[in-house]
Amino acid sequence: MAQALLKVEKVNKSFAGVHALKDVSLEIMPGEIHCLAGENGCGKSTLIKIISGVYQRDSGTVEFDGKQLGKITPIEAITSGIQVIYQDFSIFPNLTVMENLAFNTELAAKRRIVSKKRMRQIAEEAVAKINFQVDLDALVGTLSVAEKQMVAISRALMFNAKLIIMDEPTTALTRKEVQALFDIILKLKAQGIAILFVSHKLDEVFEISERFTIFRSGELVVTGNTKDLDDKKFTYYMTGREFNDKTFVAEKVTEQPILETKGLSLEGHFSDVSFQLRGGEILGITGLLDSGRTELALSLFGIRPATSGTILRDGKPVQIRSAQDAIHAKIGLVPEDRLSEGLFLTQSIGDNIVISEIDRLKTPAGTYDRKRRNQEVADWVSELSIATPDPNNAASTLSGGNQQRIVLAKWLACQPDVLILNGPTVGVDIGSKHDIHAILQKLARETGIGIIIISDDLPEVLENCSRLMILKDGRIVHESSTQDIDEKTVLSYMM
Amino acid sequence: MSKLKKIYRGNPHLYRLLGITLVWMVFMAITRFDKFYSFKNFQTIATQFPEFGLMALGVMLCMMTGGIDLSCVGVANTTSILCAMLMTSMAGESGVLSVASYPVVVLLVLAVGFVCGMFSGFLVAKVRIPPILATLGVNELLTGICMVLTGGAAMSSFPKEMTTMLASNLGGIVPVRLIVFVVVAVIIWFMLTRTTYGTKLLLLGTSEKVAKYSGMKTERMLLRTYTTSGICSALGGLMMLSTYASARADYGTQYTLQTILIVVLGGVSPNGGKGKISGVILAIILLKMLESGINRFQNISSYYISLIWGGVLILAMVLDYLTADKRSRA
Amino acid sequence: MQKSLKKLLGRTEFYVFLLLVVLSIVIQIRSGGQFYTPNGLVDIASALVVPGIFAVGTLMVIISGGFDVSFPALASLAVYATTKSLLDLGYTGGVWLPLLMVLAIGAVLGAFNGFFVGYLNLNAMIVTLGASSVFRGIMQGALNSRQLATIPEGMRNFGTSALFVATNSESGLSSRMPVAFLVYIAVIVLAWFVLNKTYFGRGIYALGGNPASATAAGFNVKRTKFLMFVFVGMISALAGLIRVCMMQQCHPTNMLGMEMNIIAGVVLGGAAITGGAGTLTGCVLGTLLIVTVENSMILLGIPTTWKSVFVGALIIIGTGVSAMQVVRANRAADRKKKISKEGA
Repeated sequence: MAQALLKVEKVNKSFAGVHALKDVSLEIMPGEIHCLAGENGCGKSTLIKIISGVYQRDSGTVEFDGKQLGKITPIEAITSGIQVIYQDFSIFPNLTVMENLAFNTELAAKRRIVSKKRMRQIAEEAVAKINFQVDLDALVGTLSVAEKQMVAISRALMFNAKLIIMDEPTTALTRKEVQALFDIILKLKAQGIAILFVSHKLDEVFEISERFTIFRSGELVVTGNTKDLDDKKFTYYMTGREFNDKTFVAEKVTEQPILETKGLSLEGHFSDVSFQLRGGEILGITGLLDSGRTELALSLFGIRPATSGTILRDGKPVQIRSAQDAIHAKIGLVPEDRLSEGLFLTQSIGDNIVISEIDRLKTPAGTYDRKRRNQEVADWVSELSIATPDPNNAASTLSGGNQQRIVLAKWLACQPDVLILNGPTVGVDIGSKHDIHAILQKLARETGIGIIIISDDLPEVLENCSRLMILKDGRIVHESSTQDIDEKTVLSYMM
Repeated sequence: MSKLKKIYRGNPHLYRLLGITLVWMVFMAITRFDKFYSFKNFQTIATQFPEFGLMALGVMLCMMTGGIDLSCVGVANTTSILCAMLMTSMAGESGVLSVASYPVVVLLVLAVGFVCGMFSGFLVAKVRIPPILATLGVNELLTGICMVLTGGAAMSSFPKEMTTMLASNLGGIVPVRLIVFVVVAVIIWFMLTRTTYGTKLLLLGTSEKVAKYSGMKTERMLLRTYTTSGICSALGGLMMLSTYASARADYGTQYTLQTILIVVLGGVSPNGGKGKISGVILAIILLKMLESGINRFQNISSYYISLIWGGVLILAMVLDYLTADKRSRA
Repeated sequence: MQKSLKKLLGRTEFYVFLLLVVLSIVIQIRSGGQFYTPNGLVDIASALVVPGIFAVGTLMVIISGGFDVSFPALASLAVYATTKSLLDLGYTGGVWLPLLMVLAIGAVLGAFNGFFVGYLNLNAMIVTLGASSVFRGIMQGALNSRQLATIPEGMRNFGTSALFVATNSESGLSSRMPVAFLVYIAVIVLAWFVLNKTYFGRGIYALGGNPASATAAGFNVKRTKFLMFVFVGMISALAGLIRVCMMQQCHPTNMLGMEMNIIAGVVLGGAAITGGAGTLTGCVLGTLLIVTVENSMILLGIPTTWKSVFVGALIIIGTGVSAMQVVRANRAADRKKKISKEGA
């Protein structure tokens, strides 16, 4: 067997007495595509930061390319051939592609004076390596997410990288772009570059990696060949729990649709969308990233009011021109981006929960009824089992799954008749994902509200929805019961 | 002991300010006890701080939303000039202003504050100009209007009945201006802590986008906040009129920076979403005590006040920095 | 060709330029041809020098994502300390010594800002606000400043020396183009070189765009901020010196309060208040716009008391238009994206 490129042995790391990594070992072969998976807080980011020199380990050894790495700085990690591509790509949106590509090299060479010619040369070489077609003088801020990622990859390759670590690289990519990324990863592999691919998306792990490693609570749970892995095992390794998920079946469905749209359109995004939602059912809406699915959610919630068509609630037409209108019509939206749209991260969990219903929490005299507010917060924290020692803590102190529960609680507190969820489990660990699904199913079954789940996670919609609607280029291309359709068919409609 | 610690943890910034204030009071007690600790001196302090204290309260609200209000001095001067004009015209030939016209003056003050604040709010909330530029522009515009109205000269020939009343002490003890300040401060305190406005304001300051997605009427909140700030500044302008017994386009220009200094010193985050009225009021009092204390030393130039104010502001920030750093290191 | 035209139309600088042209034509017509005269233009150029140099420093700080309100106080202190000590010494030499002194003091005071903003990473606006107060306190308290009616001979000579004298043949009025204008040009050239041709300058843009990435890319963010404030301190002190030389007397407080109009000019010129973007061209044009408005009142026969009204309206309308442009551009880009996707 060939010599390992990266050999991590018995590495430990604690923060303020909390063990973030316990005796972790990992081996990566040259030219291997290795997937590292685990729930949030399992220690995978800590390990990446130790390998790339951002953190110093407490004990253990790291060997790279046959050499022991001592206490290294990020720069030393880069010069020895380790590159990390973080989720935010570490780019400058206000500068040109050329500058973004050339800065690292130029600064590493301790240059002080700018030479456009030299920069262009560096940049051209960099993009040529992955055959990336781009205008070098364009501002990076004007590029698409996928292009920004290509800039980051091109930049990483300039330092004769032998190992590239990609931290959840597919999060904001469309399916086509993911495919393009995978092609590039394979190309890199052919050049003998090893890839450590961090992801918790099961299908990607299966598709791209040869071997995998799963962490849980700072410990290595399993490492092995991807071909020996299956869905159930993966979930078990990740969470340490077994789930018996039930496919959702709508039991009591109202006769009348509680929400109906007729010819709803938003100029440039979707057109002529008509559908019905009944109480007690869960309707799935899926489509590619640019299918108009997010805009549809925003139009139903009044953030981007539809330009034509009608929305009916309980059979009566309603005007929804703002989020207040939507709330008034008892429609709630769990938005796509929890961090920038759903949560006031630095504010307390309690305020986050009550904000949308705050105007109802008044005493007869019109003042803020803090007693009722605290009761309300306590109720929702226990109802949705939000794991926090104190609801006065900031929302940012919680994990992704618990944060999503806060957003859910915020809307449930408004007692909506229609709840729209856009990507309800994006960035949520598997355990919480199952819990959130269970909560949604229970809600539909027991309270009789109508739920819309908008997601491109096909197993999610197929398992949790009774009906599925597929959007493509802003139009409904298919609608059916989830029992009559499988993933392959859905995909063929989406593409 | 641990209970004390808990109280301190509840609002460390406030207690640090309180600490600085106490140290200063002890220092004054040792060095200039009889001159500083006199009833007269505290009465003077209470007479002087309301004018910029009122403006600072408005700036505080705006800063909590992540904005700022640089127009307070412009609003104040516009108010005092218009009031002086109104007083003159209402007094008519006799030159004496009857008590019955006081409410009309107050109405004018509120109206000027409302209109100016609303205009700033409109620029911020609807036109979406960054608050720092919008209010800067409004300030310049209002100063310009004042210049045009007065030709740049001081207006001092107007009936002084009302301003004298405002400058007097109720029962010879409590300054009328202090009462005005306390009333406004209590109203704002009530709005912030006893109604839902305060929670909404801080959440809006944390993220306008999330606030919008949570169904908050963000534009209306901003309008309301800048309008309130305008009214506070207008009342501050009325206080200024009674202090100087004259009105001019460029009185109190130092207050623009001073109010921001107070608000930041009071623990309001310039990025929005964080702050308490108690801290701001303490900061107002602390600054005035420093100034008054310095004035007790004849041989020290009163100009050192600005050095000390700036120093205290930077010191407070460095203290915040040092303590925050410790926490993240732990 | 079409591409570069499109690029031009997308730039704020172009619109500011257009506005300047329109404004100057209006002034020209209304004043009966007083604007485009040799002496009229020289007057504007001469009035542009001090605010123009201040604006260059402000531009740099805004690009880095910060805000500096301390420069008038910094300049006042630096130039007062210099002038006063030289007068006390009975200095009679040339302008080079005051120049060196003022630059040195400016650098030290800038370092004060830079230490807190750069190394302690405190909010630039608040630090400079405090610093402004501190500088003023040092000047008025420690140095016990008062108006100096005379200034050293070297400074006086520098202030009065002219590159050339422009005379209006019709009215017979003449204006001197001050040598200081060359200093303004030199500052612009230097700043252009620093901002565009050195990695220090690109670092200022980089950290204004994304401070975390700047560190990752290998920029020394703390040192960059620190040095930038030192540099800005020197530029500001230089502007203060020129002002005193040109006015022939040193008034300690009459520069205070200038900061807001300078910032307004820089922002009108297209510098992003959020950091990361801004050009010297825009900075010069924006400042020129404000200076032109301030200085053309008399030509237009408008009482100078109206000055602030016009400047205020200019700030509100200028920033308002660009704010609405941003909203509209976002919407248009959104629509365009969709169309191009549908086309593909």
